[in-house]
Amino acid sequence: MDFTAVLAQIKPKLGCIADNLAIVEGQIAKAQETGADLIVFPELALSGYFLKDLVPEVALRIDSPEIQRLIELSRGISIAIGFVEEADDYHFFNSALYLEDGAIRHLHRKVYLPTYGLFDEQRYLARGASFRAFDTKFGRFGMLICEDMWHLSASYILAMDGATTLICLSSSPARGIDGESLGSAAAWQKLTSTTALFLNCRVLYSNRVGFEDGVNFWGGSEYIAPSGESIVRGALLEEDFVTARVDEGALRRERIFSPMMRDENLFVTLQELQRISHQRGR
Amino acid sequence: MAGLHANTDLLRKLLVGFVKDEVRKVGVSKIVLGLSGGIDSALVAFIAAEALGPENVHAICMPYKTSNPESETHARLVATACGINYSIVPITAMVDAYFDMFTDAENMRRGNKMARERMTILFDHSALLRALVLGTSNKTELLLGYGTLYGDMASALNPIGDIYKSQVWQLSAAMGVPAAVIEKQPSADLWAGQTDEEELGFTYRQVDELLYRMVDQRLTKAELIADGFDSDFVETIYAKIQNSHFKRRLPVIAKVSNRTIDRDFRYARDWGK
Repeated sequence: MDFTAVLAQIKPKLGCIADNLAIVEGQIAKAQETGADLIVFPELALSGYFLKDLVPEVALRIDSPEIQRLIELSRGISIAIGFVEEADDYHFFNSALYLEDGAIRHLHRKVYLPTYGLFDEQRYLARGASFRAFDTKFGRFGMLICEDMWHLSASYILAMDGATTLICLSSSPARGIDGESLGSAAAWQKLTSTTALFLNCRVLYSNRVGFEDGVNFWGGSEYIAPSGESIVRGALLEEDFVTARVDEGALRRERIFSPMMRDENLFVTLQELQRISHQRGR
Repeated sequence: MAGLHANTDLLRKLLVGFVKDEVRKVGVSKIVLGLSGGIDSALVAFIAAEALGPENVHAICMPYKTSNPESETHARLVATACGINYSIVPITAMVDAYFDMFTDAENMRRGNKMARERMTILFDHSALLRALVLGTSNKTELLLGYGTLYGDMASALNPIGDIYKSQVWQLSAAMGVPAAVIEKQPSADLWAGQTDEEELGFTYRQVDELLYRMVDQRLTKAELIADGFDSDFVETIYAKIQNSHFKRRLPVIAKVSNRTIDRDFRYARDWGK
């Protein structure tokens, strides 16, 4: 079905759950007023990104009042949002929830925690262990958190699991000032567009803005059609409220024109991956 | 080469945004900076004026009696061009009072003392004006260690610490820094006739080409030499980076507890902001 998604390009405050929840609730109310069906927040929207030793302080259990409040709000609008999750075994995950009709439809724990360059996630956070597609009112979705999307296998698995819409929640730092456009923005735009094109999937990409310790997050949240075409893109470096009208017909037509996913041979892929796994294990 | 070429529109947006965001989030609306008459502080003044409005930027020129009079003229030219507040606080009396006790001190000690004297004036004005001190050290001098620890290297925020001198020139031209300031020979102005490039023994353009490949692109020494860089030059610059690394770090703390500041007690400075 057709639906309207809002990409909430916000500027969270580092380590301030109450302030960020207020920002999130404000955006949800605004999205509802505009008649949107879904709102997608960035990675770690409730906490900010460079948390380091703050991770245990800002972590929320699924039964925390903050998460319960968001679940309640999802009766009015579907919500995808990133936060630090505290599990029963006191492991902390960079997680994303998909909430709909007052229930959790899916919890994704970031699998690929970057720990190179300016990143240090795996020092502070536990790794997720799965990529699963899930059903929503708007079709079958898959969720990725930032670095997850740089691993081809992640999007591939979700698409093979039947997802036709990929949501990516991001906190991508700005870097690269020598080209016509910002280096990291250009790289992401290539990635989201190519992923959509290869997998005949839509991509809803929500990236934050603001600065943390001199690092800028560049925004540019985007809806990419299954053809790989960018339909709407948010402002660079500034807060934005990006409204994407998602057309079901475009997905159907694209899948008729370019039926690569229909023809994708899961069994060849699996057989070869198993062979590689077997050989590496020797 | 492409790497040292800056997209000045984008760079300007990032650096203006940086000053606006990082200053205001700590509940402050003003900044103070030292204006030397040179290009680095001129560029920072232009960035700050655009970010916070010129009325919220206070520049202080702090000449010593041997400073080139042209420096003060250029500092005033810059302040006027971007419309910021401007004052002059000479440091001759304080510096001379000190060296009257150490009359045989050589140029390096005197230069460092002047840089640190200026730092105390800026941080005093930080309290006076409720303003953050902006740093004006560029990436080239930070990597080479061509600055005074706790002197000109001291600041609360530095908008230009990740751009090379070659990029400072490009952005300065794009932002309208007066041509006289852009075109003159860079100088620390510690004594008459001093120029950075003569003191360093190479030009900024030469060293930026090397630093970009060595630091940003992580080329090996063998690759740099194969690319045409002189091996002595490569070794000299590598040693300068290594030997000045202490200037780019906090003081080393002897670890005895489970949570030592900055080692296993780690928080962003923007914690709660």
